[in-house]
Amino acid sequence: MIWTGILAASLACYGLKLAGLSLPQRWLTDVRVQKIVPLIPIALLASLVATQTFSTGRHLVLDVRAAALAVAIVAVLLRAPFLVVVAAGAATAALLRLI
Amino acid sequence: MSSGVTAARSRDLRRGVVRDALGIAVASGAYAISFGAISTAAGLSLLQTCALSVLMFTGASQFALVGVVGAGGGVWAGAVAAVLLGSRNALYGLRLSSLLDVVGWRRIAAAQLVIDETTAMAIARDDPRLSRFAFWSTGLALFTLWNTGTLIGALAAHVVSNPKTFGLDAAPPAAFLALLAPRLRAREPLAVAIAAAVVAIAVLPFVPAGVPLLIVACLVAAYGALR
Repeated sequence: MIWTGILAASLACYGLKLAGLSLPQRWLTDVRVQKIVPLIPIALLASLVATQTFSTGRHLVLDVRAAALAVAIVAVLLRAPFLVVVAAGAATAALLRLI
Repeated sequence: MSSGVTAARSRDLRRGVVRDALGIAVASGAYAISFGAISTAAGLSLLQTCALSVLMFTGASQFALVGVVGAGGGVWAGAVAAVLLGSRNALYGLRLSSLLDVVGWRRIAAAQLVIDETTAMAIARDDPRLSRFAFWSTGLALFTLWNTGTLIGALAAHVVSNPKTFGLDAAPPAAFLALLAPRLRAREPLAVAIAAAVVAIAVLPFVPAGVPLLIVACLVAAYGALR
């Protein structure tokens, strides 16, 4: 089941890349494509941040992950590299669970 | 004489490209270590984790799939999120196609390397030949270190019995935030991000897992089309 999902999603992601290289250039100048596509990752990544921090399954919860996110936000504002942001978030959650 | 100068200059430019490509690849390799660890903590096997890095090879999508699976959202919800996030690669491909000018098996191979980093490296050059060189060198270096990093992260996480002890459940939101941050340099993207987060949280208790992302994707597409 999980393999089918992995393979199907990978194939679709590859198809999108190949389509980009193969489609006629006029698609690039299509105003709707230009307006919509750059917004999608922004909206989805923001949704992922929110849902993965404040929920477990379908329940809204407030736990150590919220503190971890706050620390990660500070790290991002300080322009820390990717791995430092992730490690800061994880370490915050781990430390708060120890207390 | 002048051709000698040009050749020397072109060699310098290429050397600069290789240096940048390696820098990007090393940074991505480190980022892949966290992917390997998060994926393993989400319950994916070593083979599944490595397969994602080889076959999907687009970071944000991979994080989305394992993030949703780890949060109990099911693989199909994760797959849809991954594909939606991968849609931007089609736009990169459109931008790169005239620059790369690849046909046949070269296009088949080049397509897999069409991602944020290779696009940024290729379009930053003035000379098409240098663009192509930047694309391939960044792509191949990144592909190698991305997959190596994934394997290391997955192996490391396998020795951890309870991922929560190391806060690995808090790692995906931090990773998504780090991916999001560079895209928020203007007022509109920031407003879109905040609105998306609020909508996702607001609908979450009322719909099956993964569906909040679809709702947000539809709303942002409608907003983009209408503004």
